[in-house]
Amino acid sequence: MRLIAQRLVKKITSNKRALLLGYVLLFVALAVLPFLLSNTVGRTWVRILDFALIYAMLALGLNIVVGFAGLLDLGYIAFYAVGAYTWALLASPQFGLHLPFWVILPIGAGVAALFGVLLGAPTLRLRGDYLAIVTLGFGEIIRIFLNNLDHPVNVTNGPIGINKIDPISIGGADLTRTHEWLGISFSGVHIYYYLLLALLIFTIVMCVRLENSRIGRAWLAIREDELAAQAMGINTRNIKLLAFALGATFGGVAGGLFASLQGFVSPESFGLLESIMVLCMVVLGGMGHVYGVLLGALLLSVLPEILRSTASPIQQAVFGDVYIDPEALRMLLFGLALIVVMLVRPAGLWPAPRRRAMLDQDVGRD
Amino acid sequence: MALLNLREINKKFGGIHALNNVSLTIGAGEIYGLIGPNGAGKTTLFNVITGVYLPSSGDVEFNGRSIIGRKPYQVAMTGIARTFQNIRLFQNMTVLENVMIGTHAKTSAGPFGAIFNTKSTRSEERLIRSQSRDWLDYVGISSQTDYLAKNLSYGDQRRLEIARALATRPKLLALDEPAAGMNATETDELKLLIQRIRTDGVSILLIEHDVKLIMNLCDRVAVLDYGQKIAEDIPSLVRQDPKVIQAYLGGDLP
Repeated sequence: MRLIAQRLVKKITSNKRALLLGYVLLFVALAVLPFLLSNTVGRTWVRILDFALIYAMLALGLNIVVGFAGLLDLGYIAFYAVGAYTWALLASPQFGLHLPFWVILPIGAGVAALFGVLLGAPTLRLRGDYLAIVTLGFGEIIRIFLNNLDHPVNVTNGPIGINKIDPISIGGADLTRTHEWLGISFSGVHIYYYLLLALLIFTIVMCVRLENSRIGRAWLAIREDELAAQAMGINTRNIKLLAFALGATFGGVAGGLFASLQGFVSPESFGLLESIMVLCMVVLGGMGHVYGVLLGALLLSVLPEILRSTASPIQQAVFGDVYIDPEALRMLLFGLALIVVMLVRPAGLWPAPRRRAMLDQDVGRD
Repeated sequence: MALLNLREINKKFGGIHALNNVSLTIGAGEIYGLIGPNGAGKTTLFNVITGVYLPSSGDVEFNGRSIIGRKPYQVAMTGIARTFQNIRLFQNMTVLENVMIGTHAKTSAGPFGAIFNTKSTRSEERLIRSQSRDWLDYVGISSQTDYLAKNLSYGDQRRLEIARALATRPKLLALDEPAAGMNATETDELKLLIQRIRTDGVSILLIEHDVKLIMNLCDRVAVLDYGQKIAEDIPSLVRQDPKVIQAYLGGDLP
């Protein structure tokens, strides 16, 4: 089965015209998707799609740290929080600042990168479990800070969060409102969809290029054997810090976009469970594989929403009453899915060829 | 001219005196052997030279400059490359990728070059590839370019380790038991390879248990025993040295 699929893929990818056609079809499908959704199942689903794209960006950032460099980071959501709050503070009535998005975006990315280095620097000597515990603590520290920074000086508004965050606007046109263009009306969630899609594609290109670069190879070498990597002249400290900083940058940008789309941020969006969720996207999809991680992120952010909207009606129809709360069902199925995937596909749903080879070998050795 | 100059190196681990006042010099273009019974401190000396350990006292000079306190990656960049006693390849990377990592020390493309795929990054990447292929050719495993390193035979893994070390463009290549586990034919091929590397201008420091290889290959040999250098001379004289015989075979001096 896998062989047939591989041959098919090879046949298509070796034919340039077929490949081009494939890209065009994918492009058209992605372009009409929001209209298809809003005309069939409702505009909420376009919004869900928007969030899925943000999660995909977030997961790709974490993949740099966990997948490429092999540094287990359980506090990654902190960078998302840093990005979101940077945006919120610079473009809301909180301080009366309303900077344009093209100023905030680089600032948010930079601040998140700085926090990435701040976390990375003291943890460089740690590996595996120890690193995981320290990053976990870091994630919680950021959240608790955000929760308590409403006194003595009110910076973050504490647990209440920051409201009325500016949306992205281009040339004075607010992107969360509906705009007419070529006779088609684009609502805010549609415009955000295209914006996020473009950014996500840019992110994917960056990740793929990084993976296949001198830096990407150095990450891989560190993951494989740190001492040997040093003996080859790799400055492992800087290369690890770079992974933390780049991963954090993606997280920060995703956080900023989240804040502007949502219009509201509060510390409770950045809990430990979110960190674990993003890590699950990476692991479930296929650690170290850009497209696998993408798949994991889209699945784990869209499937629960489908479940949420169908669980109650189906129970109503079949049993005449709602016995299991959709939220409880979600966690139940989620846990089940994780166990099944780890048993059946230990390298993830769509693993990197390298990782699959690695795990295959290890199974054979036992 | 001395390429590497060790002066009165001491290394203590707790109460164990692993290296005791070891001094030696390796000249440019020399093949220098280091032998001794197990636990004599050979690998410890290696780790001191390559910056993995900081010596308790003493000085390491390379090319006329002290390299004490430099990190392993800095030592590698100054021009000392090494292989490991227990092969430490990047197991799940391909043979070619392993050598490409070796070029890291002498290349410079950064993350932004990669992200924007700049012209200089692309040409450097092409250079890295072609150079790495050349090194695989050089050690004679170019037919295995795309295998994962862990799937190579033992002898080929040793060769790959040498190719990877050479890719850092060293002036001194330090080999830690390169013939361990090799059969006679492989050892002969290794000997030719090492001679060729020297001819191409790289000095060699060789730790080895294969006495025949050491005797045939080295210009000079030093013998370590219990952390002390007990002999240093041309191979034919060292093998007759009573202290060396005693260290290897035990018993009292006659």
